[in-house]
Amino acid sequence: MPNMSPKKNEMPTQEPNVRNKNFLEVTLGYTEEQAIDEAQRCLNCKHKPCISGCPVQIHIPDFISQVAQGNFEKAYDIISVSSSLPAVCGRVCPQESQCEQKCVRGIKGEPVGIGRLERFVADRHNQQKDAEIAVPTPNGHKVAVIGSGPSGLTCAGDLAKKGYDVTVFEALHLAGGVLVYGIPEFRLPKAIVQKEIDTLKKLGVKVETNMVIGKILSIDELMEDGFEAVFVGSGAGLPRFMGIPGENLKGVYSANEFLTRVNLMKSYKDNSTTPIEHAKRVAVVGGGNVAMDAARCAKRLGAEEVYIVYRRSEEELPARAEEVEHAKEEGIIFKLLTNPVEILPDENRLVGSMKCVEMELGEPDESGRRRPVVKAGSEFELDVDCVIMSIGTSPNPLIKSTTKGLDTQKWGGIIANDDGLTSRVGVYAGGDAVTGAATVILAMGAGKTAAAAMDEYIQSK
Amino acid sequence: MYKILKKKVLNPTVTLMEIDAPLIAKKAEPGQFIILRVDQQGERIPLTVADFDREAGTVTIIFQIVGATTKLLNSKNEGDYINDFVGPLGVASHTDGLKKVAVVGGGVGCAIAYPIAKKLHSLGAEVHSIVGFRNKDLVILEDEFNAVSDKLVMMTDDGSYGEKGLVTNALKTLIDSGENYDEVITIGPLIMMKFVCKLTKEYNLKTVVSMNPIMIDGTGMCGGCRLSVGGKTKFACVDGPDFDGHEVDFDEAMERGSMYKEFEHHAYESTCNLLNKEVK
Ligand SMILES: Cc1cc2nc3c(=O)[nH]c(=O)nc-3n(C[C@H](O)[C@H](O)[C@H](O)COP(=O)(O)OP(=O)(O)OC[C@H]3O[C@@H](n4cnc5c(N)ncnc54)[C@H](O)[C@@H]3O)c2cc1C
Ligand SMILES: Cc1cc2nc3c(=O)[nH]c(=O)nc-3n(C[C@H](O)[C@H](O)[C@H](O)COP(=O)(O)OP(=O)(O)OC[C@H]3O[C@@H](n4cnc5c(N)ncnc54)[C@H](O)[C@@H]3O)c2cc1C
Ligand code: SF4
Ligand code: SF4
Ligand code: FES
Repeated sequence: MPNMSPKKNEMPTQEPNVRNKNFLEVTLGYTEEQAIDEAQRCLNCKHKPCISGCPVQIHIPDFISQVAQGNFEKAYDIISVSSSLPAVCGRVCPQESQCEQKCVRGIKGEPVGIGRLERFVADRHNQQKDAEIAVPTPNGHKVAVIGSGPSGLTCAGDLAKKGYDVTVFEALHLAGGVLVYGIPEFRLPKAIVQKEIDTLKKLGVKVETNMVIGKILSIDELMEDGFEAVFVGSGAGLPRFMGIPGENLKGVYSANEFLTRVNLMKSYKDNSTTPIEHAKRVAVVGGGNVAMDAARCAKRLGAEEVYIVYRRSEEELPARAEEVEHAKEEGIIFKLLTNPVEILPDENRLVGSMKCVEMELGEPDESGRRRPVVKAGSEFELDVDCVIMSIGTSPNPLIKSTTKGLDTQKWGGIIANDDGLTSRVGVYAGGDAVTGAATVILAMGAGKTAAAAMDEYIQSK
Repeated sequence: MYKILKKKVLNPTVTLMEIDAPLIAKKAEPGQFIILRVDQQGERIPLTVADFDREAGTVTIIFQIVGATTKLLNSKNEGDYINDFVGPLGVASHTDGLKKVAVVGGGVGCAIAYPIAKKLHSLGAEVHSIVGFRNKDLVILEDEFNAVSDKLVMMTDDGSYGEKGLVTNALKTLIDSGENYDEVITIGPLIMMKFVCKLTKEYNLKTVVSMNPIMIDGTGMCGGCRLSVGGKTKFACVDGPDFDGHEVDFDEAMERGSMYKEFEHHAYESTCNLLNKEVK
């Protein structure tokens, strides 16, 4: 008999007023009892609508029914067939617009907590003593992966398991991509990412940090060096600015700079030598996950007031629902339907305030969302001493500008077919570098698809 | 890990190191830089590739001890290792087709100017170098500049060595005496570059500056190194560090450069204390 409670088992979390002062993980994860109870809410539907909502088609009802029976390792094995980063995706997937959106339990009440169960299963597996990893028999072929974000890590893992000699080249001093430099510790503990990387290393993958491909070595040189195929998973890290006056004042950051200082360089810790501004009143411009992360980091660094300034309404906020909810609980103030027009300096030429206008929603635009238009005479000044611009990023241009014959979109995205193949023979690409800023699970899926195609290409040569 | 093969004290505040980095040495060009992290907790700081030896696989850096990280770096010795060393970053200086160039360096900026002077010299251009220091004790790279310059003018603020005065005076004298430069390349403190540009603007003489804003990643990802050049936002790490000096907004760059003053002072003091403790 399924559990017919209309509500999900609540996720245990740190108290909002405690957690907004530390960088420890906000959500604590289900206990065994909660997980089994939640799993029993699944109806094991015949037509399995939830699976169609998952970009990598995890066999959701199958793994959940194993959880319901207490067979957690079996559940893990089922997830592993489709996903290599369940501890990550269970935490950061926008479930409300993916798997859980399609769940029939969501029609009358809340959907099954699929993401929370996935996280539970992965965490549970990771707590066990590491199983001996069998190093695959080498197949004598060498491949290169550029970038160590979720797309690169997944591609590397899949190819290593097939016996390829894989080298991952990462520009920064630490592997993990956005998972280490962007998403904060309190949402995705870095130990989880490190464990994934350690597992890859045990599979024989070489991870070379401090290697900016396009500068130290080009893709052509890699291929001359004997790499038979290359996967480009270089992400979309180039920050956009609004182009409003005052944007280069001291105290205006891109979200990437702010988050890199905090997450990658650990500037929130006392022993870090990387500086960060401890501002009092912070405005974060934008409404995505990146904006939420920046706002919540600023709060944790001691800001008294933190605003999210977003030009559309709550409904259009692109961030995960859970992050918006958590941000509100932590005291982040939402200034919706508001758009900055100028950043004004104080007497020391630091940020003094931000001039904004109010917006209202007009006719739908190309994106299908109602276009925000300025309300006449609505100008006002927001008293802030720090502004963090979080209005999007574009693909890193370095690979494009140093690789002859690699076709890209006008906005910089690398052009790749459904298999991830680019306009260059043997060169594959996926993740944010192809799609523009998207999600972890899509990047992971792209890495997986490309790995299969690269294998087929090399084996049929 | 990257091994320090050689360490040489050039003056009380400036040190030269040769680092074992064969892949970078193979690709580096004058005008490019590296980013290093001394240890696991360290800050990432950019330093120009002052020289390189493709055969020996070494990259030379010359740095001034100004704060916590450069002080820590200076505490390392031959045989020690640097945790991270990434490059070559930035766009190489443009040297093609230049026949006669004035290279104007100030202080540790001379370390950045030297490889460009050297390359121009090797390409057969006529190189006039004007180098300025606060006083005699701070002079660096004099022999090196001598070897690659058709004319070398040494300036000190207090007249304790070479001629007394600013590099701008020397440059003006040369231009007024009829020297016809294709281009002026100037590297040094922002305020010096600003005044060199102001001078050359009067003569409508193309001037290239090498900017050194605060950087983190050096790959175009954070935007921390942004500058206004000709009214447009540019990222020094990928679009530069060289820019047309007449287009750069120096006042804004000077403001942005002072962003972390207080923090740095604090970090510097604590590093000093730490090192003092180690000494005792
Ligand atoms: C702050 C933040 C929060 C986010 N929150 C979520 C969330 O909650 N849920 C979600 O699903 N998604 C989220 N995303 C989006 C998600 O992280 C990305 O879509 C995903 O990481 C893309 O993966 P990727 O492998 O394509 O690239 P990335 O993760 O960007 O990794 C690319 C890597 O390539 C390296 N690189 C770049 N150029 C070179 C080069 N020339 N040579 C060598 N290496 C290079 C980079 O340094 C980087 O490490 C968030 C993103 C950010 C920034
Ligand atoms: C492209 C480039 C090339 C450079 N080449 C050289 C060189 O060849 N030799 C040399 O001595 N110096 C060079 N610099 C400057 C050098 O990076 C700084 O002196 C160094 O970062 C200071 O670090 P610190 O911790 O010792 O001092 P801090 O106490 O941190 O700072 C002292 C000064 O350095 C500046 N600074 C601090 N952090 C950074 C950073 N991450 N990036 C840039 N500037 C910073 C500050 O604005 C301040 O004025 C270069 C800078 C750039 C951007
Ligand atoms: S990977 Fe993401 S979309 Fe797929 S089931 Fe897990 S949480 Fe849902
Ligand atoms: S749609 Fe919901 S209830 Fe049905 S199988 Fe999927 S998770 Fe279970
Ligand atoms: S240093 Fe980060 S963009 Fe230039």
